[in-house]
Amino acid sequence: MTDVVVGKVSEFGDPGRKVVDVRGKEIGIFQLDKTFYAYHNSCPHMDGPVCQGIVLPLTTEDVDPETCKGLGRGFSKKHTNIVCPWHGMEFDIRTGEHPTDAQFRLRKIPVRVEKDLVYVTV
Amino acid sequence: MLDKVTRQEGLRELPELTLESDSRDYLARAARQAQAYDKYELIVDIDGHLHEGRFWGELLDYCENEVLRRDGKWLLKDGQNLPLVNVAMGMIFQAMQGRVSHQTGPREGVEDPAKHGHPFVQIVRRSIDSMGIDYQIVFPTAMLLLGLNPMPDIEIELSYAYCRWLTERILPDDKRILALGYLPFHSPEDCEKIVRKYADNPQITGFTICAARHAPVHDNMYMRLYRLLEEIGKPLAFHAGPNWDDPSFKTLNRFVSMHALTFPHYNMIHLTNWVINALPERFPKLKVIWVESGLAWVPYLMQRLDHEVLLRQNEAPGLKRRPSEYMREMYYTSQPLERFDLDLLKSTMTAINAETQLLYASDWPHWDFDTPGSITTLPFLSDQAKRNILGLNAARLFNLPVKRVRPRTEDVIAKRLQELGG
Repeated sequence: MTDVVVGKVSEFGDPGRKVVDVRGKEIGIFQLDKTFYAYHNSCPHMDGPVCQGIVLPLTTEDVDPETCKGLGRGFSKKHTNIVCPWHGMEFDIRTGEHPTDAQFRLRKIPVRVEKDLVYVTV
Repeated sequence: MLDKVTRQEGLRELPELTLESDSRDYLARAARQAQAYDKYELIVDIDGHLHEGRFWGELLDYCENEVLRRDGKWLLKDGQNLPLVNVAMGMIFQAMQGRVSHQTGPREGVEDPAKHGHPFVQIVRRSIDSMGIDYQIVFPTAMLLLGLNPMPDIEIELSYAYCRWLTERILPDDKRILALGYLPFHSPEDCEKIVRKYADNPQITGFTICAARHAPVHDNMYMRLYRLLEEIGKPLAFHAGPNWDDPSFKTLNRFVSMHALTFPHYNMIHLTNWVINALPERFPKLKVIWVESGLAWVPYLMQRLDHEVLLRQNEAPGLKRRPSEYMREMYYTSQPLERFDLDLLKSTMTAINAETQLLYASDWPHWDFDTPGSITTLPFLSDQAKRNILGLNAARLFNLPVKRVRPRTEDVIAKRLQELGG
């Protein structure tokens, strides 16, 4: 295994993302609330370039607990997803899991920050 | 154990994929998948789409009716999207509001058409090279819902214009692009004229009826058309489509619900009429293909029709066998392949004789497209079954040569990396 510098912390937005190809291995690195996450750029559905899609909050639908009436759709304040651009499958950036079926999850890659540099282990 | 720390050595940044992305970059991972089936002799995609929107003005030039040609061109100049076509309610949600941008694209640039072919051809070539496809049968996306157009003359006019545009401007630029002639089912006589006109064109491999329509396919007015198709020996495809305007579907409040139900719905109706009225007995040599409804509906309909027909024979007296037996001799395209329960999918493939009757389709660039990897990664198929589904069944059905014409995957990948400066 090799540690590879993928950039300075300052090169990432928050939320921010960078996708890199390191000698044939494609890796998506995300920053959310000053924490970094990294995944293989491969969707568990059909191997699509999942990390190269758009970043969006999780879509939710609240229900009134008293009346059970739907309150319409909204965006989550807690969960942020990466959306695979091939078919739209979404994954929570913090956990890598699909919101409905957690058996579909992104493969994690170790990531760490040291002296303002972001490293991934490939 | 870590052996060294590398600082950005050999590191290449990959962009976010957007509407403007090049098909080759959007499908770069498909090209990697294609390495796994590079040894296969033939890959045929039965259903590729490319939005004709950016070329709609060219197509309108082929409208022979001067009023419709003038009106269409005026509306185009006025900024209307796909003038003359009835744009269906809710279809703007197809691309999931930016989540799947290739659905509404591609809007990529192209090379000089004088040297590299029509822009349509260049973009198709990029996508089929990336997916490792030898031949792609293209389908007119913009005309998918013309069967529901309340102005039948528009369907008839556009069907002639589309076939001319395709055979005069597009197909001559690349023999790997094939097509199905569009049949204006509103008018059996015009369908017959189109079949006769293109019967001998080797790149028109068959003819298609857009299934999203309310027409009885068993009506006697169509029998001459089916006889003609049988005589020329080219297959008839029913291409499914969406329709949120159908009263039954208006209670569905999300695009996903409408999309999940309407595509198989129209093919189920047409196939039921086709079988119950014993058209396979009347036209035993006519090959029929059911396109873009996935596969899960087929075993359902087989069981349902067998059950009902065996009890109510008097209403389907033309049948000499069970409905499922006729259905097992028809052809089906794979996309969108319902792959999330492999046991059910395996049963489905057994029920439809997938090894001989299933045809791979990509539906690229739509949001639910399938790469050939959707077939090659199925654990229960034999290597021969995969080869059949991906190309050999299509070669037999469309009389295509079993000869590789696609570039080597390795070369496709290397060329793109070189172009990107990698």
